[in-house]
Amino acid sequence: MSDERKLPYVMAFNEAVSQAMEADPSVFCAGEDIGAFGGVFGTFGGLQAKFGADRVVDTPISEQAIVGLGVGAAATGLRPIVDLMFMDFICVAMDQIVNQAAKLKYMFGGEATLPLTITTAGGGGLSAAAQHSQSLEAILCHIPGLKVVYPSTPYDMKGLMTACISEDNPTVMVKHKRLLGMTGHVPAERYEIPLGKANIVRAGKDVTVVAYGRMVHESVAAAEKLAAEGIECEVIDPRTLQPLDTETIVESAKRTNRVLVVHEAVRFGGLGAEIAAQIQEQAFDYLDAPVGRIGAPFSPVPFSPALEQHYIPDAKAIEAGIREALLRVGA
Amino acid sequence: MSISPDKQFDLHRRMVRIRLFEEAAGRLAEANRLPGFLHLYVGEEAVASGVCGALNDDDHITSTHRGHGHLVAKGGDFNRMMAELMGKATGYCKGKGGSMHISDLSLGMLGANGIVGAGSPIAVGAAFANKYRKQGQVAVAFFGDGATNIGAFHEAANMACALHLPIVFACENNEYGEFTPRDKTMAITDIVDRAAGYGMPGVIVDGMDVIAVHEAALEAVERARTGGGPSLIEAKTYRFYNHHGVQNLGLKYRSDDEVARWKERDPIFTLEDRMVENKVATRQQFEDIWTQLRNDIDNAIKFAEESPVPAPDQVLVDVYTQKAGAR
Ligand SMILES: Cc1ncc(C[n+]2csc(CCOP(=O)(O)OP(=O)(O)O)c2C)c(N)n1
Ligand SMILES: [Mg+2]
Repeated sequence: MSDERKLPYVMAFNEAVSQAMEADPSVFCAGEDIGAFGGVFGTFGGLQAKFGADRVVDTPISEQAIVGLGVGAAATGLRPIVDLMFMDFICVAMDQIVNQAAKLKYMFGGEATLPLTITTAGGGGLSAAAQHSQSLEAILCHIPGLKVVYPSTPYDMKGLMTACISEDNPTVMVKHKRLLGMTGHVPAERYEIPLGKANIVRAGKDVTVVAYGRMVHESVAAAEKLAAEGIECEVIDPRTLQPLDTETIVESAKRTNRVLVVHEAVRFGGLGAEIAAQIQEQAFDYLDAPVGRIGAPFSPVPFSPALEQHYIPDAKAIEAGIREALLRVGA
Repeated sequence: MSISPDKQFDLHRRMVRIRLFEEAAGRLAEANRLPGFLHLYVGEEAVASGVCGALNDDDHITSTHRGHGHLVAKGGDFNRMMAELMGKATGYCKGKGGSMHISDLSLGMLGANGIVGAGSPIAVGAAFANKYRKQGQVAVAFFGDGATNIGAFHEAANMACALHLPIVFACENNEYGEFTPRDKTMAITDIVDRAAGYGMPGVIVDGMDVIAVHEAALEAVERARTGGGPSLIEAKTYRFYNHHGVQNLGLKYRSDDEVARWKERDPIFTLEDRMVENKVATRQQFEDIWTQLRNDIDNAIKFAEESPVPAPDQVLVDVYTQKAGAR
């Protein structure tokens, strides 16, 4: 395995974009500082040099117009990738995302196709404070017409980003800021991971942990710790949040009878609520304990590391959550 | 210069305070002693100082991600600022906001802002309230050249003019938005060209000349205070350090030559030269001012470092205002 090809998460993204641009001349990218500078996170590094300034476009600081550019260009035959630097900035472009991109097809009686990918960086842990650290994916998942993808590994990043670009619907691809440097196996050839397909990261029979983004790694760390005590956790990463692969999650819940859902986003009204509801609707009779949820407290993301470290869920909190799910005596 | 010697010293002091605070913050960040992002105001001191020098304590300002300079110029306290940058409980925002959200409502400073362009509509709200209360206060929105490309700025400028509000739009045109030059993101050279589109007067000033900025601000603030409505001031300026932090990492998006040319026009040293030339001040007086303010900074760093971090249970405090008794 040592000669396995490895790439950082950020370069897996970059390679997916680059290969899509090579394969399809209708693919172009637009966003702030993505051209000459390559994006503030390096995600678009080298692409303008390779494909030119007509296909990798530096835009003004104009999030509404950036997404609008994508909507209009997609509706008229191009395949845009538009970047909103931080996930928090989707709020600035919300009309174009929610009222326009997500609904044009439906409102036009199916007559519009929007092969649009919106890319952005979410998540906290960098003391970037309340307007540069949010996890707003649940808001997006609530909007019919959008697809939402949140990869946790370089391998998934490349395959999912490739799928997003070839997808004929508006898709939001969320990168986690703290995963950008994570390296892992990434094949050189172009490949797609189908949207809406979960990944069983770790198999186990005692309890199911559903987590996405960076929380997958915290969950695996918790699972490994518990494995030493003979507790076998199954960790499922949905990878795509909308459409959600409830089938894989429910199937696992039926086997383990106990589920914990973990996300970095605020717990109230987060994706965990939806997943828990789906599980109780479809597997109520199999459950030995209430579906647990771990998420951030109901506050904006605090700046001080002294507060943020308590704010973002970690392996320790997940471990405690798993133990709680195991406390109840099974039927 | 029709600006009095006392006022010249006042403007100088505001600029030196900003410079020293920012240089200290930069050094601390380089030494990994500050968490988070840091957007330094060094090079642009004349803008915040010249404008805030024309304001009263109860006038309002809104700021940007590059906000320390605005707070210092409005009279911000070094200790509480430095403590905030370090995420301490004694900071202006009790460690919850940090550099990008630093604020002091008692000084009328309605916050640095992490969202480009978001300050201008808030300044419009403050200006509306000021007009409503009829106590003669004005509001100033500070923003960058890049921020004039965002919808929020246009809506704010238009509404301020439509409602004839007591507001000054103060643009810090430093020719870049992050790492992208201004000419790649707009087809005009001067931000002031936008003013006519909203129906307000606009002027270009040398943003490296605090006296010029101050004179333009006096005129615009007077106009606002006396019912003359909004104005736009475009200050041509330059940031001496990187978009965030001190050093350029990776791509060099500005030439050394360009940076050096702007640094020759350092707003503080050019003012000192003029004041000495005009026999308004001596070099020794300036030395003393720098020494005293350096001392203040050293004390602030000490205060911040010795301050406690916020307790974990503070995470859930101040999400909402607690009811203080029904009205
Ligand atoms: C809505 C929004 N878009 C993008 C950003 C990222 N960003 C932070 S500062 C900045 C550049 C701002 O340029 P300008 O307004 O000229 O201010 P300067 O940094 O030059 O002082 C950008 C794009 C942001 N914070 N908010
Ligand atoms: Mg600028």
